Amino acid sequence: MTVREIRDAIRSGERSAAEICRETLARIDAVNPLLNAFNTVAAERALARADAIDRDRDRHRGAPLAGVPMAIKDNICTSGLRTTASSRILEHFVPPYDATAVSRLEAAGAVVVGKTNCDEFAMGSSNETSAFGPVRNPWALDRSPGGTSGGSAAAVAAGLAPCALGSDTGGSVRQPSSLCGVVGLKPTYGRVSRYGLIAHGSSLDQIGPIARRARDVAIVLGVVAGADACDSTSAPEPVPDYEAALTGDVRGVRVGVPRALVEQGVDPDVASATTAALDVLQARGAAIVDVDLPHARYATPVYYLVSTAEASSNLARYDGVRYGFRATGADLRAMYGQTRGRGFGAEVKRRIMLGTYVLSAGYYDAYYLKAQQVRTLILRDYDRAFERVDVVAMPTSPVPAFKLGEKIADPLQMYLVDVFTVSANLTGLPAISVPCGFTPGPPRLPIGLQLTGRRFDEAMLLRLADAYERDTEWSTPLPPIPSR
Amino acid sequence: MLAFDMPPALTRDDAARIAALAQLDLSDDELDTLARQLGDILAYAEQVQQIDTTGVAPTASIVTRHAVDRRDELQPSLDRDTALANAPDPALGAGLFKVPRVIG
Repeated sequence: MTVREIRDAIRSGERSAAEICRETLARIDAVNPLLNAFNTVAAERALARADAIDRDRDRHRGAPLAGVPMAIKDNICTSGLRTTASSRILEHFVPPYDATAVSRLEAAGAVVVGKTNCDEFAMGSSNETSAFGPVRNPWALDRSPGGTSGGSAAAVAAGLAPCALGSDTGGSVRQPSSLCGVVGLKPTYGRVSRYGLIAHGSSLDQIGPIARRARDVAIVLGVVAGADACDSTSAPEPVPDYEAALTGDVRGVRVGVPRALVEQGVDPDVASATTAALDVLQARGAAIVDVDLPHARYATPVYYLVSTAEASSNLARYDGVRYGFRATGADLRAMYGQTRGRGFGAEVKRRIMLGTYVLSAGYYDAYYLKAQQVRTLILRDYDRAFERVDVVAMPTSPVPAFKLGEKIADPLQMYLVDVFTVSANLTGLPAISVPCGFTPGPPRLPIGLQLTGRRFDEAMLLRLADAYERDTEWSTPLPPIPSR
Repeated sequence: MLAFDMPPALTRDDAARIAALAQLDLSDDELDTLARQLGDILAYAEQVQQIDTTGVAPTASIVTRHAVDRRDELQPSLDRDTALANAPDPALGAGLFKVPRVIG
C-alpha cells in the first residue's frame, strides 16, 4: 500500500493503525533477514504507538500520516531508540532527543517501525561501509542497493515500509532510490531541519523522503519541511501544499539536458532509459532543451575535497568522552587515538584523513579553497541554466546496481559513481530520482531519472515525477524476493 | 603552495603525520594503504587545478538568508543525568564525564 492509501484507509476507519503496523512488522520479519535493511526493528514501540493512534482516532483524523509506518535512516536521532549511524563507535548510542524531522513525522501520526542500515556515517555509495554488513538489493540479492541510504531504499522497494527517511550529502537518497527502483528526493538545502541528523558535511547534508510514488514523497515532505529554531540553516520560506502541485500538467515546462556531461561513461541501458523518459515528458507537453554545465564535470573531485574537509571536522566529536565507544588508553591522547582508530571503519578513517590533509597548513589553498571556488563556478552554471529551463534532467546514476564487492576495494572507483548526484549538494538545489525503467536482464535492475530544480521548487520536481508516473508503470512492481 | 608542486605520492610518514593531526591510531598496514589511496584520490582531484578561478569567491555555504537571532531566554534542556547517560565513564553524582589522566 502507498502512504496515501494507508492514510486514507485509517482515516476512514476501514483499517486500523495496529493492523497496518502488524502487517508491516510481519513483512519485515519475513524479508529483512534476506536484505539486512534494518539495524533495529522497533516492534514494541511501533505497536504501542499504533494502538495509541487507534485509541485516539478522533484526534488523528486530520493527521496527514495517521498510522503510516515509517522507516528512519539510522543516522537520524530517535529519542530512546538506538541510533548508530551504522558505526561501531555509536553501536550502543541511545539519543536523548528526536530529530526535528522525526518529531514532525510522529506529530503527523507516523509510526516509526525501525532504523535502517546505511553506510557508516553516511560515507559510501554502496552500503558496504556499514559496520553491520551490507544491505542487499531486493532486485538482485548479490548486488548493492546503493548508498548511503541503502537500507531505507531497499526497505521501501521491498515493501517493508511505505516510506522512509534518508539523508543525502552527495546523492545518498537519490542514488539508492535509483538502484532500488523507488522515488527519492533531496530537498533544497535548508528546506528540512538538520537538527538530530548526525553530521557528515554540514554545508551539504539534507534529510529527504523515499517512497514508491512521487505523491507519497510530496505528502511526507510537506510534513517534515519548514523552519526550525533548532537549525539556524533551516529556511524561513513558506512550505507550499506539495500534493496540490501534482496536477499532471507539464505543458510548457522546459526540461534542460546537459548532453556534454552525460554523453560519456553512462551505461547504454541507463542512457536509453533516460532518453525514453524524456520522450514521455515531451509527449505530455514539456519542452526538451539543451543546456551547458561546463563545470559540472568537476563536481566529483570538488565534492570529495569539500565533504571530507567538513567530515573531518564534524567527526572530531567522537572522542570517547561524552558518548559512544571508548578504548582504554594510558592517558587522554592515547585514549582518543585508540578510540577513533578502533571505533571508525576504513572508509570513515580514509575520509577523515583526506579531509584533515586538505585542511592542513600548506594544502588548504591548493585543495580546499580551490574546491570552494570551483563550487561557485558550478553554482553559476546552474543559475545560468535556470534562466532558460525549469529543471535539469540526467541519469541519477551512470550505472545500474553493481555487485557487492565489485567496487569496494578501490575507493576512487566508488567515488566516481556519484558523478551526477553531487552537484545538487554543492549547489544546495533540490533533486529527485524517479524510476524510469529496467535493464533487460537478467537480472532486471531498476534505472532512475534525476531531475534538479530551482531553489525551493520541489513542487516542480514532484509535479514532473508524478506526471511521468501517470504514463509509466516503473514504480508499480515489487521485486521478486524469494519467500522464506 | 600549489598542488602541482607536490610529489604525486604520499609516504607512510606523510600518512602518519595526518593521522596524528586527526587523533587516529593506525597500524603500519593501514598507513601504507591510506598513503597509496590518498595519493590516488589527490592525483584525481588535481584536475580542479586546471580551472581558472581568478577572482572567483569561494562558496563555503549556500545559505543566503539567515534568521538566527532569537531572544536570549532560558529554554528547557536535557537534565544532567540524561546528558550523562551515554557516557562511557560518567560520574553521575558529580555530574562529570571522567577521562584518563591528562597530566602525568
